[in-house]
Amino acid sequence: MEILLAITIGLLYAAGIFLILRRSMVRLIIGLILLGNGANLLIFLLGRISKGKPPIIPEGSPVFTDIYADPIPQALILTAIVISFGLQAYAIILVKRAYRVTKSDDLEEMITTDEL
Amino acid sequence: MTPHYILWPILLPLLSAVVMMFFWGKPKVQRLLSVVGHFIVLLSSVYVSAKTINGDIISLYAGNWDAPYGIIFVGDVLSGILVTLASLSAFAVSLFSVASIGNGRASFGFFPILQFLLMGLNGSFLAGDLFNLYVWFEVIIISSFVLITLGSEKAQLEGAMKYVTMNLLASIIFLTGVAMLYGLLGSLNLADLSMRISETEDRGLLNTAAVLLLVGFGIKSALFPMYFWLPASYHTPPAAVSAIFGGLLTKVGVYAMFRVFSLLFIEDSFIRNTFITLAISSMIVGALGSMVQSNMRKIFSYLIISHIGFMFAGLGMFSELAIVGAVFYLFHDIIAKTNAFLISGIIFKMRGSFRLENLGGLYNRFPYLSILFAIALFSLVGTPPLSGFWPKLYLLQAAFQAQSGWILFGILLASLLTLLAVVRIWRAAFWQKQETKAYLVDKAIWLTCLRRDRILMITPVVILTLTSVLLAVYSAQLGEICLLIAKQISNPDIYINAVIPNSP
Repeated sequence: MEILLAITIGLLYAAGIFLILRRSMVRLIIGLILLGNGANLLIFLLGRISKGKPPIIPEGSPVFTDIYADPIPQALILTAIVISFGLQAYAIILVKRAYRVTKSDDLEEMITTDEL
Repeated sequence: MTPHYILWPILLPLLSAVVMMFFWGKPKVQRLLSVVGHFIVLLSSVYVSAKTINGDIISLYAGNWDAPYGIIFVGDVLSGILVTLASLSAFAVSLFSVASIGNGRASFGFFPILQFLLMGLNGSFLAGDLFNLYVWFEVIIISSFVLITLGSEKAQLEGAMKYVTMNLLASIIFLTGVAMLYGLLGSLNLADLSMRISETEDRGLLNTAAVLLLVGFGIKSALFPMYFWLPASYHTPPAAVSAIFGGLLTKVGVYAMFRVFSLLFIEDSFIRNTFITLAISSMIVGALGSMVQSNMRKIFSYLIISHIGFMFAGLGMFSELAIVGAVFYLFHDIIAKTNAFLISGIIFKMRGSFRLENLGGLYNRFPYLSILFAIALFSLVGTPPLSGFWPKLYLLQAAFQAQSGWILFGILLASLLTLLAVVRIWRAAFWQKQETKAYLVDKAIWLTCLRRDRILMITPVVILTLTSVLLAVYSAQLGEICLLIAKQISNPDIYINAVIPNSP
């Protein structure tokens, strides 16, 4: 499972970096979304995944009796997903507005702010 | 007793933003509430810094969970002073924006968002755990995204595209670094991480995490070679927005770098040499960049990059004297940069342009204001009696002690070029004989706007210039405080023992 997740994360990062290097605005945003999801999965993987071990203290026992899954990565990912959801919504609207103003999807044409 | 007051600088902006939301579409009420709200936040920040300035480290454990497990807020001398300066700059900007931000922007939530930005800033200065720092960074960037695009002018949208992309990328890189540290050490609390970092054997992964954090914070603080988004975007929004961006946003990156690296990675000589190399390049490249620009705000943008280098040089040398210089420079720079951008806003109202070739004759027309602006601009350079001089003196002394000729060279060359840049602005805008150009007359509204608005725009410049002068007058006392900060930063044990009292 770790191997599969590691490969998935690697693919997400690679695809994300490839896409943000394109000149198209839409691809740029999709690339950022993929990178964000890659980072979320990375937190999940690095929190040591385990199967069938919920972090719940068994009834009748004051402490854990067995190894248990770390609940913190899930809280972290949930937070990160919600944050990136808001940021992505904003970025997509920005792309739409920028397209309407510049009439182009090409980032190379966005150079008017670079004049001396 | 639980020190709840440490949360006031975070909760009060939230509260006042929420109250302002009830007056959506009523800019007049929002303007009043904005100034009052920022003033109350300023008072609460002063209270926090008064409690911390004698060297106490205050921590608030959310839900009273013991240290490494819950969310914590930590206030030490550095955070206390930064919170105060951030609130002061935000207060000045809110006064300025009452007069300079039009009803169009104000009725789409400019003032509440400004409060959210301040909440994020204060939060990140007080956060005691790495993931919380990430969340506060996101609060900052989402508010700044709205502020930079509000108005939707073509230049703003183009600038925002670059700003948004680079900041999102920086957040993702930062998050990747956080994930790696959590995977390696199993903790997110900075004090706890600092204790555990020596246990791990996997130096390779640890250094990878360090470099990821360096790049993440480096993009945020516009360190060479990760600065290209800054001069492409900071000159596009209204002057009030560039003022708070220029004064504070890059400094949060610097603060994060100081906090995280001083606790975790600074013992590594590779990291320190990287800092010094990047700092020197940043100083020189930024200063050279400012030479070729003719837009006043772009000149200031490049000067931000150059002056970020001074702080990182201090962090790279990491002697007590160097940290004193770097931290002192950080304090000075927050005030000086906010002030510089506000001044550019006033000059825009006077002449209708930010471009040097369209300015001129200001000294002839507004002599008293020009002298005020001169004090502010020359304190940016650090001409001897003014506030930029003293931190540079500390830094130069530290560079002498470290026997690093390159740092000396970088600081002196960058200071000289900054002087040239400011003199260029002074010559073109104030001394050159010229009246407003015909096609800019519509935009040059200074003399036609209300007297009350003019006073509202000048007051923040007066406040910030006065603060800058006071920083210089009380430089000896401030130096003492910075020495206290340097002691706290260079001994992580002080921080660890304050946050986790029963640590081994």
